[in-house]
Amino acid sequence: MQFLSASNPKRLLSSLFLLLIAMVLGLGLGATPASADSVGEDLERGITGNVKLDGEPLGGVRMIVDGGGYTAETVTGADGKWYIGVPGVEGDSYKVTLDQETLPEGIAVTGEGGATKEVVLGKTSPLVSNFFIGEGTRVTVSMFDQIVARLIYGLNFGLMLGLAAVGLSLVFGTTGLSNFAHSEMVTFGAIAALVLGTVLQLPMWLAIPAAVLLSGGMGWALDAGLWKPLRKRGLALVQLMIVSIGLSLTARYLFQYFVGGGTEQLPGADSTMVPLFGSVALSMTDLVSMAISIVVIMGFAWWLLKTKTGKATRAISDNPDLAAASGIDVDKVIRTVWIISGALAGLAGVLWAYFRPGIKWDMGAQILLLIFAAVTLGGLGTAFGALIGSIVVGVLVETSSLIVPADLKYVGALVVLIGILLFRPQGLLGKKQRIG
Amino acid sequence: MDWGSILNNTLAGLLTPTILAFALAALGLAMHFGFAGLLNFGIAGFMAVGAYGYAISVLTFGLPWWAGMLMGIAASVVFALIMGIPTLRLRGDYLAIVTIAAAEILRLLFLTTAFEPVTGSADGLFGYNSAGGFADANPFPVGDYGWGPWTYNEQTLWMLTFGLIVLAAATLLLWALMRSPWGRVVKGIREDEDAVRALGKNVFAYKMQALIIGGVFGALGGIVLATSTNVSPGVYVTSLTFFLWTALLLGGAATIFGPVLGSVLFWVLQAFLTNVLPALAESGILPVSGIQAATLRYVLVGIGLMLIVIYRPQGIFGDKREMTFVK
Repeated sequence: MQFLSASNPKRLLSSLFLLLIAMVLGLGLGATPASADSVGEDLERGITGNVKLDGEPLGGVRMIVDGGGYTAETVTGADGKWYIGVPGVEGDSYKVTLDQETLPEGIAVTGEGGATKEVVLGKTSPLVSNFFIGEGTRVTVSMFDQIVARLIYGLNFGLMLGLAAVGLSLVFGTTGLSNFAHSEMVTFGAIAALVLGTVLQLPMWLAIPAAVLLSGGMGWALDAGLWKPLRKRGLALVQLMIVSIGLSLTARYLFQYFVGGGTEQLPGADSTMVPLFGSVALSMTDLVSMAISIVVIMGFAWWLLKTKTGKATRAISDNPDLAAASGIDVDKVIRTVWIISGALAGLAGVLWAYFRPGIKWDMGAQILLLIFAAVTLGGLGTAFGALIGSIVVGVLVETSSLIVPADLKYVGALVVLIGILLFRPQGLLGKKQRIG
Repeated sequence: MDWGSILNNTLAGLLTPTILAFALAALGLAMHFGFAGLLNFGIAGFMAVGAYGYAISVLTFGLPWWAGMLMGIAASVVFALIMGIPTLRLRGDYLAIVTIAAAEILRLLFLTTAFEPVTGSADGLFGYNSAGGFADANPFPVGDYGWGPWTYNEQTLWMLTFGLIVLAAATLLLWALMRSPWGRVVKGIREDEDAVRALGKNVFAYKMQALIIGGVFGALGGIVLATSTNVSPGVYVTSLTFFLWTALLLGGAATIFGPVLGSVLFWVLQAFLTNVLPALAESGILPVSGIQAATLRYVLVGIGLMLIVIYRPQGIFGDKREMTFVK
């Protein structure tokens, strides 16, 4: 089950690798490296190697060679080198084993076939054979710990998705627009934080709130400059949706125009790991990110349930005409919704930049369909449904990587999106009449 | 600035296998959206199914090229059925989200390393045109044909001829379908589903047939594209779908020739911008780098799409009365 833990990007990021070079010396040229920790030097052929961890030689690692009824072992010297002579001839195969117990804590062989490798003595030397090792991939992590860790990652990811999804859902509820440009509001928040934090050199505790405010301002500007005039023009919803696709393309390539095609890091992206229990550890940014998400979502829930504007928003989602007739200023509420939607999307972008990690011009577009899946799962237009849907999608994406290859982990969420439409198209919290 | 070569490259962009593939897929979208009112945002998935169906049939199962292409078409029919059964009874924007998600699932399945021996993962598939005998079926003897910017070797000429024949057949079929009683029912569903249902027609079946026919056109687009380039998962992204929508709406969604002319216009403009923007950047007229100049044309696509939808939703060749169904 090694690919399971190797599929975690955070661990891959800190991955170190060990290079084991096994050379078969041929034709009696058996000049072994003078500094190698050697056995069987009097034999005609041999296998040798150099154990390195992140470029540094690793001493004290036990190596075993086994084959043809012959077994020998040695321990790498301080320079990381070892040599074991073998009695075989060309074509004979030997098993080379690296004793993982003698590796430093949390280091293990990650390559295919594990810590034991078949080598065949060749005609010419050297025969090169590599072992790759990485941090924490020795599978001593229990299945339970892995599941718990995935659940926590998934919760974190889901809360972040939720910040983006409730905004999308509110906009849909009040205006009927499926806003494909929502992903670019996510990217905008991250890029605003990048510009404020690295170009203007603001401290991050100031840069992130400022980026969120800017995103809210962007939401307001988009409503005032684009969506409100289009509503007044009487554009159909399908037209508005296609306009949002055009806006999404425009904004996405504008981001690429300004930040280029590479990945940028926000300050503080490489924070220390905090062990929770067992082998479950979270980085400081993950913990702070979860705390921020929970606080903001609770604030948002209070706004939606208790304030006058929040109540008006829900009224418009239920029945816009009735809401307008009862004296609610629909335009004003929609403006507020756009500001909140933009600000929440911007915050989600900052957190997504830390979670990925990194800022890229299409980072928002990468999760747009997950956001749509979350919103549909919860019920289009329901804010709390979107939140529940997001957490389900987040947990599903992270836990599914225990079973499926990492590059297919988004597929599960998209299949759920289609499945929910098949069996319960109104979503978890939606009302049946909405699906019309 | 070398206006001669810019003009030459732009004119050469008038007829390429890519345009023919694009026009076929846009015809499929016209069937879906323009005539049946179905919001399909997964046309890139249909193209991928066609292209991969053809390439995998030839490379993995050793079928000849024509059988491989038929397999690609059959696969797109299956894809349409899988996508249509759960969603055609639902409101339009649900279909939009499901189709875009289904196309993305397909792309991820083609991209993953888990199926690399069959799909080629990120490298994609190649060599199927010679393995399946498509290249050998070329009736043109070795040599150069055409004149000026439209000079092709025998291989390109064969791809273009094949693409043109398929495109002509698809256009003719769509034209015939849309003036048939079947076409009138489909257009009726687009205008008022309940009214057609009240006449005793099985609306779901008609929508499904429209989805399948448009999907087959999309798959043919993917196959024509596959005859000229490698099959690669990086091509069949959501942006491709959006570019196809731009081409369709540019020409006119509810017209026969609109999608074809829209595709030609889209690609000629792209060819022009690809050549002129970096040239402007190099000569210092535009104060941007070469890479930024290349990115700018996609920004212009996005702005163009918004302007078309806002100011001329029926497209250049369309009739505004045909677009009243867009609600």
